[in-house]
Amino acid sequence: MDVNNTPQGNLPFPGVVENAHEGGFMVGALQDVVNWARSNSLWPLTFGTSCCAIELMSAASAKYDYSRFGFEVVRATPRQADLIIVSGTIVNKMAPALKRLYDQMPDPKYVIAMGACAISGGPFFYNTYSVVKGVDHVIPVDVYIPGCPPRPEALMHALITLQEQIKNGTTRDQQKRQFGTDEDRAM
Amino acid sequence: MSLSVDTIKQKLTDKFGDQVFGFDEPYEMFTFEAPKENNLKVLQFLYDDEELKFQFLTDLCAVHYPENVGKELTVVYHLHNLVDNVRIRFKVSTDVKTPDVFTACKLFSSANWMERETYDFFGVNFVGHPNLKRILNVDEMDYFPLRKEFPLEDQTRIDKDDEMFGRGGSIK
Repeated sequence: MDVNNTPQGNLPFPGVVENAHEGGFMVGALQDVVNWARSNSLWPLTFGTSCCAIELMSAASAKYDYSRFGFEVVRATPRQADLIIVSGTIVNKMAPALKRLYDQMPDPKYVIAMGACAISGGPFFYNTYSVVKGVDHVIPVDVYIPGCPPRPEALMHALITLQEQIKNGTTRDQQKRQFGTDEDRAM
Repeated sequence: MSLSVDTIKQKLTDKFGDQVFGFDEPYEMFTFEAPKENNLKVLQFLYDDEELKFQFLTDLCAVHYPENVGKELTVVYHLHNLVDNVRIRFKVSTDVKTPDVFTACKLFSSANWMERETYDFFGVNFVGHPNLKRILNVDEMDYFPLRKEFPLEDQTRIDKDDEMFGRGGSIK
């Protein structure tokens, strides 16, 4: 999915409920049901390194309230989170800490690169001695949000896009699980 | 204000003679220089004197002047007299080839991190510092980024239009 595609909205539940005597049963692929459940309960990690984090906080608080879409509680520890929103500039000194946080998150895990700094270094692309030019040099990114900083609506769009990717099983982590890493395939 | 610039200047010249020089008041802040060997003596005098009482180190930083051959690196101390609310600036210069300056850590505990930062960005070697290592940049960095030997990008390049950055385009 790229910027030209619009999200499909809330995809239907991936299963059929059959009624039967005194109850019923449900038919569906287990993987799809699991993905559906996961996508509707994303727990982001509290992680913000600059002004994009202010927009992130705004998106989390009362006016925008992204809990409405199932992005639920923001966790203060990577061990309880499955989504990291890289909101802000990552400098060389921060990069090992970011990698460590990512590694500490339980699988499956997803990454959103929010804002110009996380995508490419942004305004610090030129004349810098300390800024990582794109967070995808450090960890694999599923959704990129352009903007400096992006508005909360853009973040919501990205989160809904991510939900859709999870339901379709097309995030990097799910793909790696299903098809193996590049190194695995080369062997 | 009870402590005047003239008093500070008089006390300094009485004590150090021609070892303090370069008196000036840029941006209305009294500024003077001393040889780098005397930086601790001057700071101690400013600290201990019953009238001067410059007992607070507001800031410590450095400046690189590549054109001042032999005195390329200047270390700047901003001092504050909290009783009379007077601020002064004190500078020492050093050769960039031997950037050794005595540490002010014994006198001001706050100098510890500020000297580490100054070392980090300018490579000033603070002699006697208890833990002189990089503080803001990565430990693996093998250069001092705020020295002027690092050129900025070519300002005449035309592949970058400011309009893309919301500042009004300069390229027609």
